[in-house]
Amino acid sequence: MNVLELINIRKSFGSELVLSDVSLTVPEHTATVLIGASGSGKSTLLRCINLLDSIDDGQIILDGEEISDPLIDVDQVRRKLGMVFQAFNLFPHKTVLENITLAPIKVHGLNPDVATMQAIELLDRFGLSEKADQYPDRLSGGQQQRVAIIRSLAVKPRLLLLDEVTSALDPVLVNEVLAVVRDLKQDGITMVLATHEMGFATQVADEVCFLEHGEIVERGTAGQVLQDPQMIQTKEFLRRVHEAGRL
Amino acid sequence: MTKTNSPIHNQVSRAVSWAPSPREQDRARIRKLILRRRILVSVLSSAVVLGLLVLLLVTSPGWKVVTTTFFDVQYGLEVLHLVARGLVTNIELTIIASIAIGILSLLLALARTSRSAALTPLRFLATAYVDIFRGIPLILVILLIGFGIPALRLQGVTSNVFVLGTTAIVLTYSAYVAEVIRSGILSVHPSQRAAARSLGLTHNQTMRYVVLPQAIRRVVPPILNDFISLLKDTGLVSILGVIDAVRAGQIESSRTFNYTPYVVSAILFLLITIPLTRYTDYVLMKSINKQNAQGAA
Ligand SMILES: Nc1ncnc2c1ncn2[C@@H]1O[C@H](COP(=O)(O)OP(=O)(O)OP(=O)(O)O)[C@@H](O)[C@H]1O
Ligand SMILES: [Mg+2]
Repeated sequence: MNVLELINIRKSFGSELVLSDVSLTVPEHTATVLIGASGSGKSTLLRCINLLDSIDDGQIILDGEEISDPLIDVDQVRRKLGMVFQAFNLFPHKTVLENITLAPIKVHGLNPDVATMQAIELLDRFGLSEKADQYPDRLSGGQQQRVAIIRSLAVKPRLLLLDEVTSALDPVLVNEVLAVVRDLKQDGITMVLATHEMGFATQVADEVCFLEHGEIVERGTAGQVLQDPQMIQTKEFLRRVHEAGRL
Repeated sequence: MTKTNSPIHNQVSRAVSWAPSPREQDRARIRKLILRRRILVSVLSSAVVLGLLVLLLVTSPGWKVVTTTFFDVQYGLEVLHLVARGLVTNIELTIIASIAIGILSLLLALARTSRSAALTPLRFLATAYVDIFRGIPLILVILLIGFGIPALRLQGVTSNVFVLGTTAIVLTYSAYVAEVIRSGILSVHPSQRAAARSLGLTHNQTMRYVVLPQAIRRVVPPILNDFISLLKDTGLVSILGVIDAVRAGQIESSRTFNYTPYVVSAILFLLITIPLTRYTDYVLMKSINKQNAQGAA
């Protein structure tokens, strides 16, 4: 069963075409990894899926329902999606626990005690239970991103969207966060993620899509796209990544 | 969280066993000397400046007259209770107005920052309101409302000067405070909104639980400043005949041709505003420190 289906998505900002004819299928329990140079449209694609940006053409289908329909209840759709951004994820005026329980209580109407218990379980599992009562500014960047991921898990999303969740972190913290994502992959959570970490893409991706100028130039398994790319643009991109030492 | 304590314990025991080196002891001595000299210099310079000012004042040709017409201590004590009673009116007015301003300005700020299509007329009205009331001197608003509304002779509308004066002040200050709150709302990083919306919170929930709490925290110091100005500006309602501290002083001094009641009134205002100003400064410094800590993290 497909959780998400994108059909010929097109998006431009003013005269700049940012996504052109992007089609994508994300089956249940799989991870789709978006790679591509800065500005290639990865974040925009994720924001469109989440309806934070509107598309100019095409269809977005979530669990068989077209969510690009202008009459759709946007809040209802977002309840099924979790999203973690590059930075500024956590609410600075709320503790870690309050950050995690806000949506379960206010959006899903969960009993606060139950929500707290579930949050503590999640924190426990990812080694953060000691930070439950801290404010985000007391956490390291890696811990903050892990809490952000936990927060989006707490609403049990059908699909998790992760946008370069490690790009603001130093290498050691990157591994902390990636370990969490690997765990989620094991749990069978359906994910679409943008990343610059090719090694990590290899580990979690069921499908890798290489974007350039808003087009999916090449797609396939991690082995195909990252080890044996067919398209000249992909080769060129991977060569530059290699030079930068990120493979 | 008991487990997190252990590293702190380590640090403490390390700090206890540490003894400063002779070099550090020397440095500490010198630092103390420098500090002592700085204090001495600042005390001396302040004393000299103040002394000169006082000297200038008391040797001025009109000083004799001024002491009796402005600083008549005996007379000042006599009128103290009258002026103090007037000040109670100022304080009452400030408190009532603060509450009304808090509500009205929040509504204005929310209306101005809303994006919903249905609220377009409201947004337009709020903007016009803010433009108008920020653009007219407060004293004119007080005069227009204080004398204009009773002149309309509307049924059931009060002609109580206290109420009319308070209304004028609320109308004007709400425009100022609304702008401060709005700037606070706009200063919350857009990612915060995006993060909240992507968790499924509705626009209203996002405002209420995520944006507003952060915005309000940021604008507390400037709003406290506005409330200090408010307390002083309540003195303006005296032109409508409200017997506040200013008016009480005026009545007395026009009876005796002695200006001491004005000075008494000024001193009473200072007794309230100076602590409030210091407190605002303290809150501001605290919030700046907090933001710096956040920036460093
Ligand atoms: N709100 C916006 N308004 C105008 N242009 C935008 C906006 N958001 C993104 N863009 C443009 O769209 C293009 C794609 O941006 P996007 O953020 O999707 O890239 P990305 O692949 O995520 O890059 P990075 O790896 O640096 O995060 C860029 O050229 C960017 O300038
Ligand atoms: Mg991006």
